Amino acid sequence: MTAAQPPVVQNSGQVLPAGHEPANLGDILERVLDRGIVIAGDIRVSLLDIELLTLKLRLVIASVDTARQIGIDWWEHDPWLSSRARPPVEPGPRDPEEVDAQRRPRLEARARRRDAELEEWDG
Amino acid sequence: MVDVATDLPAATTGAWLHGVVRDADPATLATLATIAGIDGGPVRAVSAAGLVAVVSTAPLDEYGEEPLRRNLEDLVWLERVARAHHAVVEALARRGPVVPARLATVHTDDGRVAGTLAARRAELVAALDRLTGRGEWGVKGFLVPGAATVTAGTAAAGGVGTAYLRRRRAQLTAREERQQLASAAADAVHSALCELAVVGRRHAPQDRRLSGVPAPMVLNGAYLVDVAALPRFKELVGSLGRRHPGLELELTGPWPAYSFVADRPEPALTVGRPG
Repeated sequence: MTAAQPPVVQNSGQVLPAGHEPANLGDILERVLDRGIVIAGDIRVSLLDIELLTLKLRLVIASVDTARQIGIDWWEHDPWLSSRARPPVEPGPRDPEEVDAQRRPRLEARARRRDAELEEWDG
Repeated sequence: MVDVATDLPAATTGAWLHGVVRDADPATLATLATIAGIDGGPVRAVSAAGLVAVVSTAPLDEYGEEPLRRNLEDLVWLERVARAHHAVVEALARRGPVVPARLATVHTDDGRVAGTLAARRAELVAALDRLTGRGEWGVKGFLVPGAATVTAGTAAAGGVGTAYLRRRRAQLTAREERQQLASAAADAVHSALCELAVVGRRHAPQDRRLSGVPAPMVLNGAYLVDVAALPRFKELVGSLGRRHPGLELELTGPWPAYSFVADRPEPALTVGRPG
């Protein structure tokens, strides 16, 4: 627990220098929102009330500049994401191919909602 | 001034809890002032029961219940606060063991924080003991696209349509096989890492939008590793990656031990339930 920046090691065994890039925002959010000790403070906010998956999606869609800064830009090539659809709200591991297959039929309905949502996301 | 005593204004600031560390001498505690808290101001130490809670002063017009509910939905706000909170916890982790608090743990004053330290003392001390000399490492495994080679469609008899169907069936079978292999490989990698780690936990794989990686994640593990075992742990990740070419492994860390502060993992996404 001494190094300042998390190094990244890939399966080649090669250690990529982490440099001064901030840690991946997704990794940080996952930890600070879902883990860590739960202590009942005086201010009670249940994160259950908050649409975390919506937040996570907005992380790369609504906050495009932020996402770009942390090096996430692949959504620009993802037809599903560029439709600004919402992800399925399912906890736990899932079969990615199956999820993809389930998404497709819902695309049209989402596309119809897109304009309305645009205002919401940008607001 | 006594006249207004019955009509005291409500508190305007609270204490945002970052984490709990062992009590230290005043000189060491004074160095906390070099760590920036959620609003950029220095963090403070609240000492009680042989423990120190590290807190930021949190104006309640921004960090009170209603504003928090609203602000947590604001990505820009959430990113700033999450990074600031994490930066404090990380700075503490560089000095020694720390029990990180979940985001948005706010008390109305320092006295209430001290009360929490006293009430949860045994659990916090046990967690600090468990984390001493150890760090959390993350190992993610991504499915390598098209890793399993599909045998080229044989130029068999039959029309174009038959050939297409045969090829399509082979593709689907190959994909299923690849996923089963990746899933088995993820299990094997996790088991092997757990043998070297003090303890390991598998978290739900991150959504592709969150991971920022187009390849599906099949392993999202966290491992508590003794500092002495770290070189062997890193070596093991490398050799496991070579042994399972269908998985791309990514090692991150050291992280503050977010995943190992409770004996029993708390239900995810729940904060501030009365204890």
